[in-house]
Amino acid sequence: MTTGVAVVLQGVGVGRRAAVGPVARVQPVPAVPGDAPLVVGGEVLTGERAQEVVSRAFADVSAALAGQSRRATGTVKDVLAATAQMADDRALRSQVLTRVGAGEPVVAAVDGVVETFATMFTQAGGYLAERVTDLRSVRDRVVAAAMGLPAPGVPELTEPSVVVATDLAPADTAALDLDKVLAIVTELGGPTGHTAIIAGQLGLPCLVRVHGVTDLADGTRVAVDAASGLVTVDPDDALVAELDRRAAAERALESDTDAGATADGHTVQLLANIGTAADAVRVAGTAAEGVGLFRTEVLFLEATAEPTVAEQSAAYAAALAALPGRKVVVRTLDAGADKPLAFATQPDEENPALGVRGYRLVRTNADLVEHQLEALAQAQRSTGQAPWVMAPMIATADEARDFARRARAHGIERVGVMVEVPSAALRAAEILAEVDFVSLGTNDLAQYTMATDRLRGELADLLDPWQPAVLDLVAATARAGTQLGKPVGVCGESAADPVFALVLVGLGVTSLSMSSGALPAVRFAVRSHTLERCRELAAGALAAASAQAARDVVVDGLDPDVRAALGV
Amino acid sequence: MSQRTVAVASRVGLHARPAMIFTQAVEASGVPVTIARPGGEPVDAGSILFVMSLGVPSGEEVRLEADGPDADRVLDELVTLLATDLDAPEASEAS
Repeated sequence: MTTGVAVVLQGVGVGRRAAVGPVARVQPVPAVPGDAPLVVGGEVLTGERAQEVVSRAFADVSAALAGQSRRATGTVKDVLAATAQMADDRALRSQVLTRVGAGEPVVAAVDGVVETFATMFTQAGGYLAERVTDLRSVRDRVVAAAMGLPAPGVPELTEPSVVVATDLAPADTAALDLDKVLAIVTELGGPTGHTAIIAGQLGLPCLVRVHGVTDLADGTRVAVDAASGLVTVDPDDALVAELDRRAAAERALESDTDAGATADGHTVQLLANIGTAADAVRVAGTAAEGVGLFRTEVLFLEATAEPTVAEQSAAYAAALAALPGRKVVVRTLDAGADKPLAFATQPDEENPALGVRGYRLVRTNADLVEHQLEALAQAQRSTGQAPWVMAPMIATADEARDFARRARAHGIERVGVMVEVPSAALRAAEILAEVDFVSLGTNDLAQYTMATDRLRGELADLLDPWQPAVLDLVAATARAGTQLGKPVGVCGESAADPVFALVLVGLGVTSLSMSSGALPAVRFAVRSHTLERCRELAAGALAAASAQAARDVVVDGLDPDVRAALGV
Repeated sequence: MSQRTVAVASRVGLHARPAMIFTQAVEASGVPVTIARPGGEPVDAGSILFVMSLGVPSGEEVRLEADGPDADRVLDELVTLLATDLDAPEASEAS
């Protein structure tokens, strides 16, 4: 292993799970200057001998990708097959070889030819523009192969492994063979970023902001513990045994499948977050009482044009049909900011998080909203199951009224809005007067309250939902719900923290929605405390002067058995 | 120089799978073939990157050209291929 690396690395854990296994690194793009000489065995190669190396690099990359494609399944298989054929393209290869033969340095020749094609693809737009990523991945792989560097990108996993990366793009996550992923650890990223959310949905332990983790060699055995935020290199038997015990305790918590409630029987609905109909099928097999957040933009992410009403309706109906008799809360399209959509996002916004995103799209593209509501209404009719439908990024009661009017005109029975903007939390009573329910998105609420970009990992302390100002806004929203007798849910990642969940219950939140892997621990924590105790814990948190103090006072007030079982 | 003109039948146009099947057939023929959109520059029909970058939509005509003793036979085979919906489910079994 690498010398000089500390035995224990500290990061930010997402969720509470742990795993032990070998490191498999996602290799970065080779940083090689365009005029770097091609050196093989201490000798600088040019002309015909350089052509031979480049030609072999193309052939090796194409063969490796084709082989990976044969062993893969689903979308990963298709993406790899298409990339393999690009690497095998005779025009690409012959143009590069011609330039190398004429004396151009290898990297510059590959870059030049790939850029020509990338420009053509970009100009063609649409489907082709999206293939530019594949083209660049061919470029990176061929350059790495020719220069004798490790192949960039997600490695092919031969055994269950801890995937380690500087950061993971959504496309990288899609290329992972999930059956062989034990945990995901990144050097950058934030606890509410894309990778963390996906890992949570898959129930994988995940750590972000782990400085120095990419210095570990492939195959190094590590223990990854999201609860403590620690990566331990070459863990001893005692630590492995402790993590095994925790995993066993976690499984024991799963045996409680009764509806969520406090020790004294006060109902707290425990729901799951999903992104696709396939997720709904998975949730149907768990003790989740339904879905508290169906992120519909996931259906749209791959599309270059708006999916038709029929396509959307089929997807919504499939999700509803998978959960007969259970509550399903659907969030209308939340595009923009960190979730750009090819056909809906405003180009050239300087400040997209504060721009035309979420329900604000109705101002520029009302048809998108109308079509989605029509599709949801159709799914409601065809399944006989009424979804709860809510709009994201509502700032005013006027916006809530406008959405409710549109949704009810389509025949949607239960209409709500997200509370993610501080203005909506402060005026929650006026907003709730317009709709049937609200759901707090604590990630965005923290981002907008604390003026902190969700994607800036180094500001994670400011994004903390325990920040007193964020707690105040959650309390204001819950109070309005209690006064009006309308449901107030939480569907941000904070609901998945069993300690924070108790505060939410104490503040008056009526349902908690999270990645399904987090449900057993939250169910256990809620069931172990009375409503009165939760209220006392919430009051203590609200009275604290800092995020850390708020959490400390609540942890101190936990039932001692719960504290021990959850390892907090 | 032999020439053929044919409308692309695949419903997605000459993209993705259809482009892959077509360029593989050109390569397998061993005959240099070019493809062009109406009024456009001819490009190597055996290159997936060039063929895709033409961005031929479904129903649009393309011009194929080739030279040599096998040119007519190869072009006829390619015309038959392009006149088939290569994105239809049954086409995947044939490939």
